[in-house]
Amino acid sequence: MYRNLDRNGPLALVFNALFLLFLLAPLVVVILVSLTPEGYLSYPTNGVSLRWFRAILDNPQFIDAFYNSAVLAVLSASLATLIAVPAALAVARYRFKGRDALTTLFLSPLMIPQIVLGVAFLRFFTQLGVSGTFASLVAAHVIVVVPYTLRLVLASVVGLDREAERAAISLGASPWTSFRRVTLPMILPGVTGGWMLALIMSFDELTMTVFVASPGNTTLPVQMYNYIDQSVDPLIASVSAVIILITIAFMLLIDRLFGLDKVLTGKG
Amino acid sequence: MAEVSSLHKPTANRAPRLRWDARPWLLCGPGAVFFLVMLGVPLVMTVVLSLYGFSYTEGLIETRTLASYREALVDPYFHEIFLRTYALGVGVTLICVVLGAPEAYVISKLRPPWRTICLLAALGPLLVSVIVRTLGWVLLLGNHGLVTEALRFVGLTDRSLMYTHTGMVIALVHVFVPFMVISVWAALKKVDPATEQAALSLGASKFTMLRRVVLPQVLPGILSGSLIVFALTASAFATPAIIGERRLKVAATAIYDEYLSTSNWPLGAALAMILLVLNALVIFAYNRLVERRYRKTLGEA
Repeated sequence: MYRNLDRNGPLALVFNALFLLFLLAPLVVVILVSLTPEGYLSYPTNGVSLRWFRAILDNPQFIDAFYNSAVLAVLSASLATLIAVPAALAVARYRFKGRDALTTLFLSPLMIPQIVLGVAFLRFFTQLGVSGTFASLVAAHVIVVVPYTLRLVLASVVGLDREAERAAISLGASPWTSFRRVTLPMILPGVTGGWMLALIMSFDELTMTVFVASPGNTTLPVQMYNYIDQSVDPLIASVSAVIILITIAFMLLIDRLFGLDKVLTGKG
Repeated sequence: MAEVSSLHKPTANRAPRLRWDARPWLLCGPGAVFFLVMLGVPLVMTVVLSLYGFSYTEGLIETRTLASYREALVDPYFHEIFLRTYALGVGVTLICVVLGAPEAYVISKLRPPWRTICLLAALGPLLVSVIVRTLGWVLLLGNHGLVTEALRFVGLTDRSLMYTHTGMVIALVHVFVPFMVISVWAALKKVDPATEQAALSLGASKFTMLRRVVLPQVLPGILSGSLIVFALTASAFATPAIIGERRLKVAATAIYDEYLSTSNWPLGAALAMILLVLNALVIFAYNRLVERRYRKTLGEA
């Protein structure tokens, strides 16, 4: 009787299998369709072909959008980290008036629907005369991804033992040296985890970006959304398959380094 | 003067006032200014925009009018859209609870190599672009999709589920259920397995043990997961836009169309503000309700 406690019954295992089938089926189907040798949406029943992956190379709009998204993701994740690390240090270590308000401010983009952020940024950038520029995309993405980075950095700063820092300071290190040589190495897992999560969140962002992107400065999700709005063909499946493979690689890396569940619950 | 007056106030036994410290402000000041400007100014501008007039012949009219709000709140066309949005929110949340919470529990009971593998499989889709996952459902639910063919074969329906509420619910549950799994998983990690053992050894059936011992301990996870799923579903854009298209509009797709198809920016801005306020109200009311419930159960105990 007690042996069964930490084991699942057959019903639970069937449920688990069906649940995972439900979650993975759409991704598997996308990969299957991307391998079709036919010129239309179909499963690769008559052999496997990479023609639709080669076709991506003939469609520079996807290559350009991919490049844009990658640069945008790296820039906004890095800037978000530059905002989140000092903010986390301030919030975790000092008791000051406005501390709770500041935390709420930095986390508030999670509470605002992204479509609302999109229309608000569109109005703001249009009025400023910078709408459609790459810099405006970066600024908008930084706002959206800071909460993810901040939560992970906060979690790693809060649990930190401060004795080592006190020792560094008492031995004559400047605050900056003590941060760089003592604090930063200790919170680095949280910082890197937060940076990587921000990178993915920026790379995937569609709802807000659809308002602030321009035909000259578009991102991969926006490009894909506009494409699907017109037609669904094996080309969009092969582009999606590439994204799935990159995401899996990234996910395995995050899981190896920090544990995926910890990064996703913000407990880095 | 200030010192004198403070002597007369009954604050003597309070902790001495902290000296104002510039360091935390130097650390987060630049970020805070950036956030205040980038969030505050655009939202105020959008409120101002929502108060502008609009006509199809002249476009934007710089007046102060509540016409857009009146239109959004009175027109049955928008009633239907908001009703659909929040009905989807409630339905998708309930299904996510029913599927996601047991799944988290089942995964937590798996043996080591399988536990990691299944957890990755259940949470990984969260990192895959929503547009890619929705495309997967377009391929499955489309006219010649596997699900459609299967339903045809069984004789349940010969219509594809594209552009239907059922199709939207299926795809939205797929997109958001990992949030429920992760929430409940985080709560499960704090559950002491000894409590389950104790219940069973005292003669409780497995079902009673789950209901009386495990469920109360993971309830906070289910409640916070529900709030996340509900808020995200109510403001979801990509999935309803692709699966429901223009036939089944929700708040987010209606806002998108007012901006980019009709170019009625004031109406789009008014709809966005209404969505923002409704979502904030729901979150606020939900938190109050949950807090009160918890105080009550704690008081009883």
